[in-house]
Amino acid sequence: MPPVLSLRGISKSFPGVRALNDVQLDLFAGKVTALVGENGAGKSTIVKILTGIYQPDAGTIAVDGRATGFATAQAAAAAGVTAIHQETVLFDELTVAENIFIGHAPRNRFGLIDRAAMVVGARRLLASIHAELDPQVRLRELGIASRHLVAIARALSIDARVVIMDEPTAALSHTEIQELYALVETLKAQGKAILFISHKFDEIFRIADRYTVFRDGQFIAAGGMHEVSETQLVQMMVGRAVDQIFPKRPARIGKPMLTVAGYSHPTEFEDIGFTLHQGEILGFYGLVGAGRSELMQALFGITRPSRGACKVGDTVRVIRSTAEAVAAGIVYVPEDRGRQGTVKGLPIFQNITLPSLSRTSRAGFLRLADEFRLARDYTRRLDLRAAALDQDVALLSGGNQQKVVIAKWLATKPRVIILDEPTKGIDIGSKAAVHDFMSELAAAGLAVIMVSSEIPEVLGMSDRVIVMREGRISAEFSGAAMTPENLVRAAVGIAPAGSADAA
Amino acid sequence: MTALLKSREVILALAIALLLVLIASRFPAFVTPGNLARVFTDTSPLIILALGQMAVILTKCIDLSVAANLALCGMVAALANGAGLPLPLILLAALALGAALGAINGLLVWKLEIPSIVVTLGTMTVFRGIIFVLTDGRWINAHQMSDGFKAFPRTVLLGLPVMGWIALVAVAGFAVLVNRTPLGRALFAVGGNPHAAVYTGISVGRTQFAAFVISGAMAGFTGYLWVARYAVAYVDIAGGFELDVVAACVIGGIAIAGGAGSVAGAVMGALFLGIVKNALPVIGVSPFWQMAISGAAILVAIAFNARNSRPQGRIILKSAEHRT
Amino acid sequence: MTGTPTAAAPTGRHIPDRLVAPAARALKSWESLLLAVAVAIFIANSFASPYFLDPWNLSDASFNFTEKALIAFAMAMLIIAGDIDLSVASIIALASTAMGAAMVAGASTPLLVATGIGTGLLAGAFNGLLVARFALPSIVVTIGTMSLFRGLSFIVLGDKAYTGYPPAFSWFGQGYVWWVFSFELALFAAMAVLFAILLHRTNFGRAVYAIGNNATAARFSGLRVGRVRFILFLLTGLMSGIAAICLTARLGSTRPSIATGWELEVVTMVVLGGVSILGGSGSIPGVVIAALVMGLVTFGLGLLNVPGIVMSIIIGLLLISVIALPRLWARLRRT
Repeated sequence: MPPVLSLRGISKSFPGVRALNDVQLDLFAGKVTALVGENGAGKSTIVKILTGIYQPDAGTIAVDGRATGFATAQAAAAAGVTAIHQETVLFDELTVAENIFIGHAPRNRFGLIDRAAMVVGARRLLASIHAELDPQVRLRELGIASRHLVAIARALSIDARVVIMDEPTAALSHTEIQELYALVETLKAQGKAILFISHKFDEIFRIADRYTVFRDGQFIAAGGMHEVSETQLVQMMVGRAVDQIFPKRPARIGKPMLTVAGYSHPTEFEDIGFTLHQGEILGFYGLVGAGRSELMQALFGITRPSRGACKVGDTVRVIRSTAEAVAAGIVYVPEDRGRQGTVKGLPIFQNITLPSLSRTSRAGFLRLADEFRLARDYTRRLDLRAAALDQDVALLSGGNQQKVVIAKWLATKPRVIILDEPTKGIDIGSKAAVHDFMSELAAAGLAVIMVSSEIPEVLGMSDRVIVMREGRISAEFSGAAMTPENLVRAAVGIAPAGSADAA
Repeated sequence: MTALLKSREVILALAIALLLVLIASRFPAFVTPGNLARVFTDTSPLIILALGQMAVILTKCIDLSVAANLALCGMVAALANGAGLPLPLILLAALALGAALGAINGLLVWKLEIPSIVVTLGTMTVFRGIIFVLTDGRWINAHQMSDGFKAFPRTVLLGLPVMGWIALVAVAGFAVLVNRTPLGRALFAVGGNPHAAVYTGISVGRTQFAAFVISGAMAGFTGYLWVARYAVAYVDIAGGFELDVVAACVIGGIAIAGGAGSVAGAVMGALFLGIVKNALPVIGVSPFWQMAISGAAILVAIAFNARNSRPQGRIILKSAEHRT
Repeated sequence: MTGTPTAAAPTGRHIPDRLVAPAARALKSWESLLLAVAVAIFIANSFASPYFLDPWNLSDASFNFTEKALIAFAMAMLIIAGDIDLSVASIIALASTAMGAAMVAGASTPLLVATGIGTGLLAGAFNGLLVARFALPSIVVTIGTMSLFRGLSFIVLGDKAYTGYPPAFSWFGQGYVWWVFSFELALFAAMAVLFAILLHRTNFGRAVYAIGNNATAARFSGLRVGRVRFILFLLTGLMSGIAAICLTARLGSTRPSIATGWELEVVTMVVLGGVSILGGSGSIPGVVIAALVMGLVTFGLGLLNVPGIVMSIIIGLLLISVIALPRLWARLRRT
């Protein structure tokens, strides 16, 4: 059967960077094609070309065998290509029905929008994907899973033939992910061609029919999922065999470095207490929305707890701001690198010295030589890849930006480092490097907290695991009790005798 | 029901009602239908311009040149009147010129991507300066204007002067535009989520351009109304008025960040300021208090808007509240 | 990240500190372009009028930009940090009114100065509280306080004026420090240096840039964002107070309409100086050159007897063209 959408010889360059070099991609009706590749492999560039945001420098795009081009986003939409992204690309102030039909609302005789027809149409579309949403509700009242549903309903409304899903499960809970899989099956049955981009292999093997691998902007291979194994895929992605993603490390647990007792917040978490030791990696597992990041941000001083105390080392501290947290030796590597991690617009070295200016300056006056020295030291340790230290940090890849964030905090010589989903959205090669590095940190005597939603990572890296559910600590595991089943049960809240599929 | 009570527009309406009640308790003559109609008519220019400004603010822009636009088009209208042009043509010319001036703003924002505050800061002085160049600083006074020119806005139909009717038509027209046309919905989309708007095929720049043309057209037409109503045209008319217009929008709950607001809000924001301005002399407060009261009202409105739209921290604890 | 050896820790990749030398970068900057424009205007002016190159005339002309420039330095820092203060001219009115009232009550010159500065600081603190502590958007807050502050002036003075400031006080606006250099010009130069050091050479200045580029990430990096923004509003208030002292001393009187429209001229000066209205970039030297450009244009046109309002057209056009032309050029080169 010929592909619905076929790309050949696509190349795209930006100043100084060859994003895509002669790549090819085929999408077939009723089939899910997984696009696999590390960060910087060219996945987001190809998505932007498919949705008409970028124009390829060379190559052809063929829809149903006929050569076309997507000169604008509208042209791509007209050709039936639609995309669902990690963050919603919809409008909070408009209703569900308006969001579904924006850009192509049904009109009445006078050329005005026909509200009634819009609501009826919206109901029909939502019903076809079993979404129980009120079309008249403003989007801002809905949670992220519901928004994805609205995005999919919109895709159906423009009679999309190609649906691109870019890391759609990143912010979804376990149940919601299952619902999304069911939805994908519905779309397949309707004959849509689906391009599925994900870093999670279990997901890819679960729902994809075909795969395509990109590496460094080049097409490596494509084929059926049944023909390939996980190891082979990884090898193609990375270009080499990766033996161990989770290096084991010697655990030399020291004295308690952080003790938290009775931490509570009016709406986010309650009665949190735990002890963290030097040299220890404490994993925090839970479903999205369990309150882990919120707890960590309270520990870091972004928000304030309503009750509770914490002790860093031997002193009891009250942390009311990030400056106080840093002074106490607690640092936080956020999940949202772009918004909370790096200051784009500032050069790399300034990003690194930002919390440490009191040390590199004298009497409040900057000393550039000292700043560069500090930056050089830490970028070397983390093996940063950049053209120069005074380059804008925005020019770096995701993995390297993460390194800048980590370097920034290491330079403050912290005692406790909290990493929130440190390898989310990062390719395998960098993942290994980050894990390696975390082990080094623990070995050097830091106390490490790792918030993660990936069970293999949590089990592989942590000495102990705390599971949170709905803002409370559900369970704590160590040693032999650290199993996937225990983790999932504690996270979801079902009794030990439950079956459930291990995530 | 509680959602309705919390709505910005309802609270603003209650505030206005309260204000009227307070004034009426001492000066019942203020709230007679005749007087209210007069106040409404007097506030018409502010209402019309606030509607245009709303469109611009919705798209995450701001138009500081509206008063200068008004003044220039008003002067041109007066000059055209002096040259003997018939009234319908003058009305058309004011509208068209206003739209053209708005288009200049719009083009600079759309094609050259210059932030609107900078563009309109510049065009504001240029437009007003052009008035001087056209007339060499001369004024056009009442006796130099034809009777028909001056009388039109003041002609009373069914108890309301024509200028008041024009404001009502503008309000109705905007309500239809904002709620029932693709452009109207695009205004919200562009301001609410510019990135997403691109993906849905809406051109952010073109929508902003349209908003500026609309704002300019409103300002241009109101230029004629102003000049005819006050029977005078010179360089400095409506000086500083652009800030009253933005104030009306802010008080009316139009979010300065774009993407949120309503026609009712803009109208009520303008009415609030208009009532205060007209009530002060009645209750014996010196007009010199007007500016400070406006300023205080703006600050209260902003504080209120912010409280209402504060994004709630995630509600995670079941005991706190049920999540959707 | 391909090709990373998973064996022993890397011995360290050498990354150079800089790719382009700072001097080379400076040459291609906005400030250089603006400097060229300033020089061009200077030369044009000296050909246009025989009175231009007279030192005393030039000194007189400096008064038309020094007071605004004082405020522009603080405003530049505020805008770089991502905020704006449209109430500065109204703070001048309020401070001037306070000084007038103090003068009428018999205050000595030092006390008058203290009143001016104090009022400016209080007004700035009010703005800062609303914006930094209560997280209200600065553009609308300062539109509100703009009306409120000048409104207070109107309430106090109505259509009257305060006149009769003591001669010692007038020196601040009319006096000279040495030869042709007025006190205002000397103050302008001193403040230029101080603000340049503050913005470009201190931790505080670095924080300003960080917050302007990404306030959230700055906060997540341990910076006290609220405190920095509050201080910036204090600074604009303070400089408005100081400008009020100079202006009132120069005019010798206080009316509620004093400095009307100045907030927009100050913003024009800042944007002309290369500060992005969206925040995150700009420099004090740029603002200094912009002040000089605006001063030269106004002075030169004044010598040619061009009316004030036509001068505003030219400044308005200058503002738009200086920003539009580079973008137009880039667009034409792309197509």
